[in-house]
Amino acid sequence: MAMHGMRGLSVFISDIRNCQNKEQERLRVDKELGNVRTRFKNEKGLTPYEKKKYVWKMLYIYMLGYDVDFGHMEAVSLISAPKYPEKQVGYIVTSCLLNENHDFLRVAINSVRNDIIGRNETFQCLALTMVGNIGGREFAESLAPDVQKLLLSSSCRPLVRKKAALCLLRLFRKNPDVVNVDGWADRMAQLLDERDLGVLTSSMSLLVALVSNNHEAYWTCLPKCVKILERLARNQDVPQEYTYYGIPSPWLQVKTMRALQYFPSIEDPNTRRTLFEVLQRILMGTDVVKNVNKNNASHAVLFEALALVMHLDAEKEMMSQCVALLGKFVAVREPNIRYLGLENMTRMLMVTDVQEVIKRHQVQIIASLKDPDISIRRRALDLLYGMCDVTNAKDIVEELLQYLSSADFAMREELSLKAAILAEKFAPDLSWYVDVILQLIDKAGDFISDDIWFRVVQFVINNDDLQPYAAAKVKEYLHKPAVHETMVKVSAYILGEYSHLLARRPGCSPKEIFSILHEKLPTVSTTTIPILLSAYAKILMHTQPPDQELQNQIWAIFTKYESCIDAEIQQRAVEYFALSRKGAALMDILAEMPKFPERQSSLIKKAEDAEVDTAEQSAIKLRAQQQTSNALVVTDQRPANGAPPPVPVGQLSLVKVPSMITTEDRNLTVQASSQDNGTLSKVDPQPPSADLLGDLLGPLAIEGPPGATVPSEHNAVSGLEGAAEAVDGSAIVPVEVETNTVKPIGNIAERFHALCLKDSGVLYEDPYIQIGIKAEWRAHHGRLVLFLGNKNTAPLISVQALILPPGHLKMELSLVPETIPPRAQVQCPLEVVNLRPSRDVAVLDYSYKFGANMVNVKLRLPATLNKFLQPIPVSAEEFFPQWRSLSGPPLKLQEVVRGVRPMPLSEMANLLNSFRLMISPGLDPNPNNLVVCTTFYSENTHAILCLVRIETDPADRTQLRMTLASGDPTLTFELKEFIKEQLVSIPMVPRAPAAAPPAPPAAQLTPQIPANDPAALLAGLL
Amino acid sequence: MGIRFILMVNKQGQTRLAQYYEWLTLEERRALEGEIVRKCLARNEQQCSFVEHRNYKIVYRRYASLFFLVGVDNDENELAILEFIHLLVETMDRHFGNVCELDIMFHLEKAHFMLEEMVMNGSIVETSKANILTPIQLMDKSS
Repeated sequence: MAMHGMRGLSVFISDIRNCQNKEQERLRVDKELGNVRTRFKNEKGLTPYEKKKYVWKMLYIYMLGYDVDFGHMEAVSLISAPKYPEKQVGYIVTSCLLNENHDFLRVAINSVRNDIIGRNETFQCLALTMVGNIGGREFAESLAPDVQKLLLSSSCRPLVRKKAALCLLRLFRKNPDVVNVDGWADRMAQLLDERDLGVLTSSMSLLVALVSNNHEAYWTCLPKCVKILERLARNQDVPQEYTYYGIPSPWLQVKTMRALQYFPSIEDPNTRRTLFEVLQRILMGTDVVKNVNKNNASHAVLFEALALVMHLDAEKEMMSQCVALLGKFVAVREPNIRYLGLENMTRMLMVTDVQEVIKRHQVQIIASLKDPDISIRRRALDLLYGMCDVTNAKDIVEELLQYLSSADFAMREELSLKAAILAEKFAPDLSWYVDVILQLIDKAGDFISDDIWFRVVQFVINNDDLQPYAAAKVKEYLHKPAVHETMVKVSAYILGEYSHLLARRPGCSPKEIFSILHEKLPTVSTTTIPILLSAYAKILMHTQPPDQELQNQIWAIFTKYESCIDAEIQQRAVEYFALSRKGAALMDILAEMPKFPERQSSLIKKAEDAEVDTAEQSAIKLRAQQQTSNALVVTDQRPANGAPPPVPVGQLSLVKVPSMITTEDRNLTVQASSQDNGTLSKVDPQPPSADLLGDLLGPLAIEGPPGATVPSEHNAVSGLEGAAEAVDGSAIVPVEVETNTVKPIGNIAERFHALCLKDSGVLYEDPYIQIGIKAEWRAHHGRLVLFLGNKNTAPLISVQALILPPGHLKMELSLVPETIPPRAQVQCPLEVVNLRPSRDVAVLDYSYKFGANMVNVKLRLPATLNKFLQPIPVSAEEFFPQWRSLSGPPLKLQEVVRGVRPMPLSEMANLLNSFRLMISPGLDPNPNNLVVCTTFYSENTHAILCLVRIETDPADRTQLRMTLASGDPTLTFELKEFIKEQLVSIPMVPRAPAAAPPAPPAAQLTPQIPANDPAALLAGLL
Repeated sequence: MGIRFILMVNKQGQTRLAQYYEWLTLEERRALEGEIVRKCLARNEQQCSFVEHRNYKIVYRRYASLFFLVGVDNDENELAILEFIHLLVETMDRHFGNVCELDIMFHLEKAHFMLEEMVMNGSIVETSKANILTPIQLMDKSS
């Protein structure tokens, strides 16, 4: 059977074959491409046969990996050739070279349609196949009804219909919105009555796609599938051509069982019984035979049957049969069967509770971890990871550690991550956990992600008993000749914090600890040096009595790095140097790290993320979602109430991983007051949401201990700490969460600011309560309603609400009930009268009890100055006389404001309008200036017209000049300050570290505000 | 979707046939073929026939100098694919009579025709050798 006439192609292929190297091949290909290109150029002279020949050459060249960027049109044009050989080449080569988005395909759409609706079966088949391979949206739109008709047509022969089924599958999958499958359930059921196994095979693929999309609609197909399976399993009416080594089409059997796995359960008892009989036969009747092909085919069916049995959650007896079979498989020598045994055992873990039985095979599974075949090792690793629990964690993790040294590089990262997670999840005691992680870092430092070492540090911080042990352990590792940088980081961190606990042991004096750490400094990168510097500062602090020599040594290092090019290192060096000269104050500033609040492990999160595959929704994944998996989901163990102490020792707490830099910074700024941190740590009462977890590694994303008031000796370092903390804490009305163990949802400050602009919204929310507000304002009167909603199924008790009104507001809150019933909302009206102009803010002091949890919150109420304004349109004739009549202070004040938040003029105008400061356009000829008119109402002043002129500088948006005039000097001053507050970028502490005191640069207040001004204090606090 | 691609590669790593059921650019194909050929050809007889690569699973089988590599989704039934390779080889055997690498090389179009009858868009269409070979015989008659 030579290639009749296609000699040119054969010659070309042998030429390629004879090429000695890639370069020769490329030259030959280039020559051929040039040749084909010239021939195509004058297409007129080409016979269909020649075209066919050249198109095949193109495909061949493309297959070799060379770009073929011409001739697509010629390939497509062959589709409309009248004769079969040309047409066939056209269809096949087109579907190899082009994809659905290719423009040329559009040209062919009519010819394709003509072939599909025409009478010639072979043409129909060719067209259906191509559309089935690369058909896109336009094909779906113009051909779907024709294809559906062919599939169901009784006059059509099976050879066309089987292709129509898969063609429809493609069109449906690509464009489910175009292909209408409503009412297809009956047609599918009818299709499954088909006798021809070719049509059944492709229809089954179509069914799988439809069922995975919507299984409920196709329940009538379920008994039909069982019937097909029964027919095949009993070998009834199966033509010889469809048996493979004596097995009735193993592929159709597998596909049918796959389709059945998309139905959640089988209700009909008869169908269920029939199916289980068939499955039982497969489970029991599959023997190992000599012939490889027969063996493989029968085991293909057997493994699919196992999957189906697992899915159907069969009776105990059948399940244990499955486990027994799999147990046999994981122990055989034949690699394919062993691989599949391991793979399916892992799947079994995901869906059913057979852990105990599977554990019996641990020895064989561990043996597979040492198999020379990486495919098998991977399966074994996955299975070990899945089957690990408290009882076998020690053995399994030891095995993983041992394997780590010899493992392929490709596997080490995964392996160490898995070992770290298992050690954490199932540690019988925490010292073992520390051992494991240190071993991991030691053996595979390059493959240890930061998460892993952050986590071990966290555990050490949270568990006092562990600290001396960990410190001694890391010190041992530092003595090794080659120490991985990650080990240096961990050691520096732990020794800095806790080496003083070892001080009495030999070789553990501060000086010695310092020198073993300092030895490593020349070998590490700039990311590690800051950690070392912190450790030095802490060691120095713990040196009692002070050691002059050590101090000089360390100070010399700080001085050396004061001019370091790396900003982080430089800052630390400068700060530590300055701090370490403070003497006793250092103790407070460099106090021990606080405990971390509980959080889901970022490692586990990472592993979960890695499991998300981009592939299509498969039966197995679907199943795993339907049933609760015991594989990776860790339930958050939280105390029933929010009461301390939240740091369970021994049982593994789920702790959030901080960024180390941040932690260090907090060390400086927060810890002055951390003496009582042990009892103050917060428990996050919400389930961990993706949102919360997303920020695990973000800077400043720590839930710090609640910001306690700052002791006054703290003032000693206020230069570094920021002004806000320098204020005497006791005088402040702390509008902040106090010693609560409940965390608010959302940012309180942001909510308040939003409510300053609008009249209804949520003022406060935590897991137990939501406080909403609705307000109406008329002149100097206001009526607010507080909505107190209990979000829980238990009552909130001891509810108390107190208003702390500033001097200028008269406020009356109606009675607040002491108990809010479950899921109930209570409305409390609050009457407000404005007596005189002031920017002070009223505070709602609110407390309640939930279980043993006492919550006390102080919230600012949005009864702000602007609420008593009424915008008023003013004409030029009215404005200028007024403006002129109010001349000079105190009725007219002018101030140049700097540090304005840069914003376009239009945005500033909107902002002012939203505060009811109405912009009157056209009054000022300069387009960069804004003129504002409004009326202010209070009991003392009644209505007063206020006029404001703001002159902005387009070249420098951060400054402006503001002139205000009104008939009342206090009002002029207060309004000026109020507007300024809105325009100046008052630092708002970002949401994440809500509880942490502001970082130094953020605490800069506008200096002209007197320190005893409550508004200023509030601004400083928020 | 099942089958993502089918490759036939000789033991020198030269591609003899490549059929993809999902669109990859030429660069992606070159890279993918390079990686999996390197991985699979390095394996020995005692190792299993499945290799995990990126988000594919490669099911492969060797016949003399020629490797048949089939890329499938991770949850495909591996043994069914393994025997499907054998069915393909037996079908080619029936047509060419003791098929060898050269047959596939010089009759690339026929190999494509057979594959086209067996797989469509990644799903198996036909497993009866007689049915698979009918159109080819038809063409042989007509030419």
